[in-house]
Amino acid sequence: MQLSLGPVLFYWTRERYADFYRDAADWPVEIVYLGETVCSRRRDMKLDDWLGIGRELAQSGKQVVLSSQTLIESEADLRGLRKLCANGEFLVEANDQSALQLLIEANLPFIAGASLNLYNPAAIGVLAKAGMQRWNAPVEMPRDDLATLLDECAREGLEQPCEVFAYGHLPLAWSARCFTARRHQYPKDRCQFVCQQYPEGLALRSQEAKGVFTLNGTQTLSGACQDLRREIPDMQSMGVGVARLSPRANAMAEVVHAFDQARRGELPPADPLVLIEAEICDGYWHGRPGMDNSHATIS
Amino acid sequence: MELVCPAGNLPALKRAVDEGADAVYFGFQNATNARQFAGLNFTDKRAREGIAYAHSRGKRVFCAINTYPQPAGWSQWTKAVEQAADLGVDAVIMADLGLLDYAARRHPDLARHLSVQGSATSHEALRFYHEHFGIKRAVLPRVLSMTQVRDLARQSPVELEVFAFGSLCIMAEGRCYLSSYLTGESPNTRGVCSPAAHVRWEETPRGLESRLGGVLIDRFGEGERAGYPTLCKGRFEVEGEIYHAIEEPTSLNTLDLLPELKALGISAVKIEGRQRSPAYVSKVAGIWRQALDRLDSNPERFQPEPSWQADLGELSEGATTTLGAYERRWK
Repeated sequence: MQLSLGPVLFYWTRERYADFYRDAADWPVEIVYLGETVCSRRRDMKLDDWLGIGRELAQSGKQVVLSSQTLIESEADLRGLRKLCANGEFLVEANDQSALQLLIEANLPFIAGASLNLYNPAAIGVLAKAGMQRWNAPVEMPRDDLATLLDECAREGLEQPCEVFAYGHLPLAWSARCFTARRHQYPKDRCQFVCQQYPEGLALRSQEAKGVFTLNGTQTLSGACQDLRREIPDMQSMGVGVARLSPRANAMAEVVHAFDQARRGELPPADPLVLIEAEICDGYWHGRPGMDNSHATIS
Repeated sequence: MELVCPAGNLPALKRAVDEGADAVYFGFQNATNARQFAGLNFTDKRAREGIAYAHSRGKRVFCAINTYPQPAGWSQWTKAVEQAADLGVDAVIMADLGLLDYAARRHPDLARHLSVQGSATSHEALRFYHEHFGIKRAVLPRVLSMTQVRDLARQSPVELEVFAFGSLCIMAEGRCYLSSYLTGESPNTRGVCSPAAHVRWEETPRGLESRLGGVLIDRFGEGERAGYPTLCKGRFEVEGEIYHAIEEPTSLNTLDLLPELKALGISAVKIEGRQRSPAYVSKVAGIWRQALDRLDSNPERFQPEPSWQADLGELSEGATTTLGAYERRWK
């Protein structure tokens, strides 16, 4: 099984991206997704900057993929998307049908992002014929449904590997409205790039202080961090090809290390004395509400 | 512009047609459509009766099969397509790539409309659906500003239908998994958002509390109007402040935009609300019929009647309406 580093969903500074990917070059991940997938107003990093980082990672032996913006609203968004798709160097992850159209029209191979909603073999088959190299399962898909889907794909000769969102705050929604700007009562068009103050997003809690969601500009993430490291052996036996780790601002090296151990069957058993982190979830995998935590039985 | 109205059941369908809908849309009684509510939607027999009623009055009927076929249930969705074709509907409204492909191959002459759940927000996305599945029309997500709708309309290869009135989704439709995060059930998988089976109301010393999947969505003081706990319309805490962090309870109302929408060549305006009562559907359909008739007779000088706005306001969530994303400053 391969490990991938998903695109950074948060808005970081140039220095932070540079430091992060300098470190990532030495991590045991085979695939790195790069680019801004959330908001076109986050302009610190230009396509050339991503290509530069991509070349360095490629030299370290990583497969580099450029991820496309998920919600495409304007002509300007489309111009950016055309440039990304025509980069001439790296594969593109299509996170929207606009990207699919541009890539298929140009006869380019592509990765299908989780927001393309591939829930069944027929949908996967349509894109497989059009040049899809790998597909991401929808974040809400339970393990049992995925097992059924993988069996059916195998039966139908659809051999493109499947990638599962294994770690990180789950991307759950995209809007035209910016919720971080709303928090600061800034209009979106004059948001003052306030997202950059929150390198791991802005916590939205219930009035009882339960973490519910994480606001990340126009994107809404899960409040808890999904962690499927204990499910890696199961994923391997099901035939999942890639486990995606979604970057966080801190301690990502340790996360990668743990998943690398997990895929080699060397993850130490959980220490019952260690307090279970309240903000971890794995409900979707177990066919339950996504926010549930199957390991949180100790109170 | 065509007036497309919701039909959650046969009485609603008939009232919508009587009040001037040009087309009505409905779904079957299962997870194949995005309004799977107890006691709602159509059996084969009811659908047949409704279609005959509409067709005999020169109106069209669309069938929504707009959820995503789940790994274990493909045949349930293809059966719905076969059933719709057999019933003689005027179009099927779909989102899933596999199902669109199936319908295009099996029933090439049955018109395919792209559901709002297909998340097409650019003319390139529309070209994708048009070139691969021959869609005739697309329903646009409620995330675009008027300027963006204008750019899109200029280059669209297909007819466009836009939301005119009703509950306001503020996330790009088809890509919102918030509901399953709290309840395990979502629009894509089960055709529900914030489903009633997961809602709990409690009178407490702190006020009336609404919960979804056990999570406190809102708490209402004396005299406050308590709305349904749709998860994006609750009051939450962010950095110590409690407010409607995502959106207020409000409905979309685009009466004011009608002349512009017409000028852009938009083909149809859609009323949301298959979960609403026949009385609601009848009232909303009637107002929009009058508005569209007035627009046709004098598009340059169109002004909505104040009484229409007042009546629509009363039928709205939180008794307030918004232009939503159509208006740039909403964002």
